[in-house]
Amino acid sequence: MTEPASLLAWIAFVCLVAVTVGSAVLVVTLRNLFHAVLALIASLLGVAGLYLMLLAEFVAAIHVLIYVGAVATLFLFVIMLTVRIDDAALRQSNRQVIPAIALCGAGLALLLAALLAAPWTPVEEIRPPGVQQIGHDMLTTYLLPFEVVSLLLLVALVGAVTLARREDQRT
Amino acid sequence: MPSPETALSGEPESLLAVFGWYILASVLVIGFVTVSAMFLIWWERKVSAHMQSRLGPMRVGWHGWLQSIADALKLLQKENIIPARADRPVFWMAPVVVFIPAFLAYVCIPFGPRLIAEDLTIGLLYILAITSVAIVGIFMAGWASNNKYSSLGAMRTVAQMVSYEVPLLLSLLGVVILTQSLSMQTIVESQAGIWFIALQPLGFLIYITAATAEVNRTPFDIPEAESELVAGYHTEYSGMKFAFFFVAEYTNLFTIAAIATALFLGGWHGPLLPPVVWFLLKSYFIVFLLMWFRWTFPRVRIDQMIGLGWKVLIPLSFLNLILTSLVVLLLQGGSAGGVS
Repeated sequence: MTEPASLLAWIAFVCLVAVTVGSAVLVVTLRNLFHAVLALIASLLGVAGLYLMLLAEFVAAIHVLIYVGAVATLFLFVIMLTVRIDDAALRQSNRQVIPAIALCGAGLALLLAALLAAPWTPVEEIRPPGVQQIGHDMLTTYLLPFEVVSLLLLVALVGAVTLARREDQRT
Repeated sequence: MPSPETALSGEPESLLAVFGWYILASVLVIGFVTVSAMFLIWWERKVSAHMQSRLGPMRVGWHGWLQSIADALKLLQKENIIPARADRPVFWMAPVVVFIPAFLAYVCIPFGPRLIAEDLTIGLLYILAITSVAIVGIFMAGWASNNKYSSLGAMRTVAQMVSYEVPLLLSLLGVVILTQSLSMQTIVESQAGIWFIALQPLGFLIYITAATAEVNRTPFDIPEAESELVAGYHTEYSGMKFAFFFVAEYTNLFTIAAIATALFLGGWHGPLLPPVVWFLLKSYFIVFLLMWFRWTFPRVRIDQMIGLGWKVLIPLSFLNLILTSLVVLLLQGGSAGGVS
């Protein structure tokens, strides 16, 4: 890679990381829950950008579609349906700050240990897997995790139906 | 046409060329989006008028063709009004968050054999993913306005868009199975012989229905039902901020029609006329169809609409998906086991 191209890539990377981490900090510090979710969306878009930089187009698109288009939207929906949620008097945090820090620190330590211990081998040519390759691998090598995920979704689906039904009988 | 890959591996000149190309493409798309939206607004008014035995705009230019330009100039001069108790930053950002995805979707719309900003391998998925971000902007507009009509409109819009995104995606998967590709150009090229509307009639019907709901048009215009909600999520918006929502709405309308053209109507394929003309003709025909719907069907109730999405369209699109996969598998005689 020549100088200007790698410099550009570096600038893009720094910008994306700044957006991702900056908005992640905002998510936990903003007092207004609605604003916090908007910051979360910005953070998720930053992560999608990082996926793009890794040439993982498919993952980036799915990430935006699922997390921004569905999950974050659901969060916003719940916030808008909740009364007085944007009240300034409402506490947006609980008292489990210390256990949370301890848990996250442990997770970080574990990740760092794994990353530093891993034998990284630089590759000459990056060939991002296409959609067909991903589909093929999911139905052959990674069939079991794929099926477990579908089982999880089925459980969520049945749970949602049960909850909706119970509401129906009460009224 | 240079691509980012050649730029990353190549010398500074190609890098410049890539930037030049990106800027050119953006300018072209912005120009097209604006002109197309203004044309569609005028056209919508003319179509509506003629369907009601009226004339529509007639004063500004021949048959009022300058009306949209006059309206745009008027909107530019409007005072910038923000409700007193609105959430200012969010109120400002909402129109932009709605407009940018609508604009970005044009990266992957195949206007002609070489006329596409960037033919991504995941083109179709990219368009669907990027347009789903606009939902957030609608929520922001509804919430920041601090107005019950805006909030209700935003919630209805999102409930509707989230419900209909599922059948929309599933209806397009039939075409993806047939072409085994998500690239818009590959999908169009594989329709040289036969248009996919002939092979996927059910998919097309589901797509058109779901797409009408996605762009919140009658009979699914509950989010902005003027008799109940004033104007839905953009009730409090005026001037240029309103114009952004308006342009985004008509841009999305064209995007929906362009996807239908590329996936079901053979894209830019057609005899005699240049490919671009064919693509635009087909797309504007789909837009006309959606305008026709508006004056043909009455608005449905919200529970009927959500019920139609989840209980009719989703099962139907699953049926379409299973049938398509079955036929493809049988025709290929099991030889398609591996990655082709």
